[in-house]
Amino acid sequence: MIGDRPLGRLLRDPGALLSLGVLVLITLACLAGPRLTGHTPERSYPDLRQLPPGLAAEPSPERLRAALDRIVYRMRARIEEAAVTDGTLRLVLAADGGVDRRSLVYLPRSDLVGAPRIVDASEGDRRLVVEAPVRRLRFLLGTDVHGRDLLTRSLVAGRVSLLIGLTATLAALLIGVLYGAVSGYLGGVVDALMMRIVDILYALPFVFFVIVLVVVFRPGLGLILVAIAAVEWLDMARIVRGQAQTLRTRDFVRAARALGLGPRAILARHILPNALGPIAVAATLIVPRVILTESFLSFLGLGVQEPQTSWGVLVAEGARAIESAPHMLAAPACFLVATLVALNTLGDRLADALDLRRSRSA
Amino acid sequence: MIGLVLRRLAQSVPTLFVVLAGSFLLTRLAPGGPFDLERPLAPAAMENLRRVYGLDQPLPVQFGRYLAALMRGDLGPSFSFRDLTVADLLARALPVSMTLGGLALSLALGLGIGLGSLAALRRGSFLDRAIGFGAALSLSVPSFVVAPLLQIAFGLSLRWLPLSGWEGGSPAHLILPVATLALPHIGAVARLTRASLAEALSAQPVRTMRSLGLPPLRVLRHALRGALLPVIALAGPLAAGLLTGSVVVETIFGLPGVGRYFVEGALNRDYTLVMGTVVLVGVLVVAFNLVADLMAAWADPRLRLGR
Repeated sequence: MIGDRPLGRLLRDPGALLSLGVLVLITLACLAGPRLTGHTPERSYPDLRQLPPGLAAEPSPERLRAALDRIVYRMRARIEEAAVTDGTLRLVLAADGGVDRRSLVYLPRSDLVGAPRIVDASEGDRRLVVEAPVRRLRFLLGTDVHGRDLLTRSLVAGRVSLLIGLTATLAALLIGVLYGAVSGYLGGVVDALMMRIVDILYALPFVFFVIVLVVVFRPGLGLILVAIAAVEWLDMARIVRGQAQTLRTRDFVRAARALGLGPRAILARHILPNALGPIAVAATLIVPRVILTESFLSFLGLGVQEPQTSWGVLVAEGARAIESAPHMLAAPACFLVATLVALNTLGDRLADALDLRRSRSA
Repeated sequence: MIGLVLRRLAQSVPTLFVVLAGSFLLTRLAPGGPFDLERPLAPAAMENLRRVYGLDQPLPVQFGRYLAALMRGDLGPSFSFRDLTVADLLARALPVSMTLGGLALSLALGLGIGLGSLAALRRGSFLDRAIGFGAALSLSVPSFVVAPLLQIAFGLSLRWLPLSGWEGGSPAHLILPVATLALPHIGAVARLTRASLAEALSAQPVRTMRSLGLPPLRVLRHALRGALLPVIALAGPLAAGLLTGSVVVETIFGLPGVGRYFVEGALNRDYTLVMGTVVLVGVLVVAFNLVADLMAAWADPRLRLGR
C-alpha cells in the first residue's frame, strides 16, 4: 500500500509537484479551454490562414484590406475608399454598371466583418457607401493552413491524446495485472508457459504489427486503443508477476493460505495491494508511451483521422508547413512534449519516493 | 557456450513462427484487396489476377506456399511496385536502413556510455543534473518533433546540411537522420550507464581499489566492465527500437529504407511488401536479441551456466 511516508516524500519533491501541476493544468485546459478561446475547433477563417501567434486583434488593417480587395473584386466593384474608425469599416464602393446590392452578402461571409449597412447611395447605385462592424478575433497561438484557431485545436486534440493515453493504459493495466498476478502466484508449469508466451510476444516487432493492424482494419480511435493496449500490457505482466512471485513466499501469504483462503482472495487481498507501488509506477510510465505511440501513428497518417484530431495529427500538419509557418509545429509539439516530460518525471519521482530504484534502474 | 547458442536459437523458432503466421493472417484477413481500384476491374480479370497470385486457394495452402517460397528467399512479387519483387525492393532498402541504424547505434552507445560515465563520476554535480535532465528530455521529445526542428535549424536557417534525400548515402545527408534516430537512445543508454556505474563505483571491490590508491582510470575500467552488463543487455531491444524509429526518420527525411517501404506498402495495401518487411524486421530483431544475449554471456560468466 502507498503509505503516508512515500506519498509525503513525493509531495515534498519539487520536481514531482511541478510535473503534477503541469499535468493538472494541461488536463484542465484541454477540458475547459476550448469553450473559453472564443473559437470552435472546426471554424475556419479562409482569409486568416497561418497567422503567427500573437495578442493583437485580427484582422489587422493590412489583412483586412487584402481580403476586401479580393471580396470586392468578386462583387465586380472597385474600392474608392476604405477606412476603419472605432471598429467600424466605412467602405466606398463604385462600379460602372452599378453595385449589385445583393452581392453585399459576400462581405460578412468572409467572417472578418459583420452585417453591412448601406449608408448612402448615389448615381443609381454606381457609388455605394457601406458601413460594417469589423470583427475582433484573437488567435493566441495563431492559425493553421485552413485558418482555424490553433490553440482551440491543440486543446481539443489534447482531449483525444489524453483520453487514449488513459484508456489504453487502463486496459493494459487490467490485462497485465491479471495475467502477471495469476502467472506469478500459480508458479510452476503454468507460470513457465505464460511467461514463454510473454517472451515470444516481447520479441515481436510490435510497432510494425500495430501498423499492419491499423491498416487492415481501417484507422480509428477504437482500433488504436486495442492495438496499443495489446502491446503495453506485457511490461505490466512482467512486473506484477515478479511481485507476485516474491510475495507468495512471504509469511503473511502462507498464513492466509493455511487459514484456508482461496487463490482469488489471496490475490485480491494480499498480493495486489502489496504490489500497488510498482504497479502505480509502471502505469504512470505507460501513459506517456501510449501517447507517444498514438502520436507516432497519427503522424504517419495511420492514427486518428479527420475531423477528429490529436497532438500527433497537429504535429504532422505542422511538420508539413514547417517552412511557411513554424508555429504550427511548435504549438502542438509544446503541449505534447510538456505532457510527456511531466508524466515521465512523475513516474521517476514516484519510483524514487517508493524506493523502487534498487532493482530496476532502466 | 555452444549449448547456449543452440538453446537461444531453439527459443527463437516459436517467435519467428508467430511473426510469420501473425502477419500472414492479418494481411489475408484484411478487408479490401490490392486490386480494389477506383474503377472496378471486370470480374473475369479479377478472377485471373487472383489465380495468378494464388489468392483463390484456401488460407493454409497459401501459407504453406508462402513458407516454401520463403525458404528459397522468395518473398513474392510486390503488388504496388510493378515488375519488382519484394526481395528486390528490400535488398535495395536494407543497406540504407542498416547504414542509418548502424551509425545511430554506434552514436547512441558511444555518447550514451560517455555521458553516463561522466554523470556517474561527478555524481550530484551540476554536470550530472544537466545530463540527467537532457536524457529525460531526449526520451520525451518524439523523433517526429526533433526531425523538423533539426531541419529548420541546420537546413533552412543555417543552410549547412541538406533537408532530405539520400544521394547514395553521402555523409551530409546522413547527419540529421542519424542524429534524430540516435537521440532518444543516447538518453536511455546514458541513464542506464549512470545508474549501474554509480552502483558499481560505490560497491566494495571498487572502494577497496580506490583506497589502495589505484589510478582513477584503472578503477573506472574495472567498474565499467561490470557496469556495462545492463547496457549490453539493452543493445538487443535498442537495435529493435532503431528499426522502429527508422520508420519515422526515413519518412521525414525521404530515405529509401525499409521503414519507408513498409509505410508505403501499408498505405497501398501491398500485402506481400508489408509481409516481407515484417518478416525481415522480425528476423533481424530475433538475431539482434540473440547477439545481445551471447555478448552478455561473453561478458558475464554467470550467464554461461544455463539460467
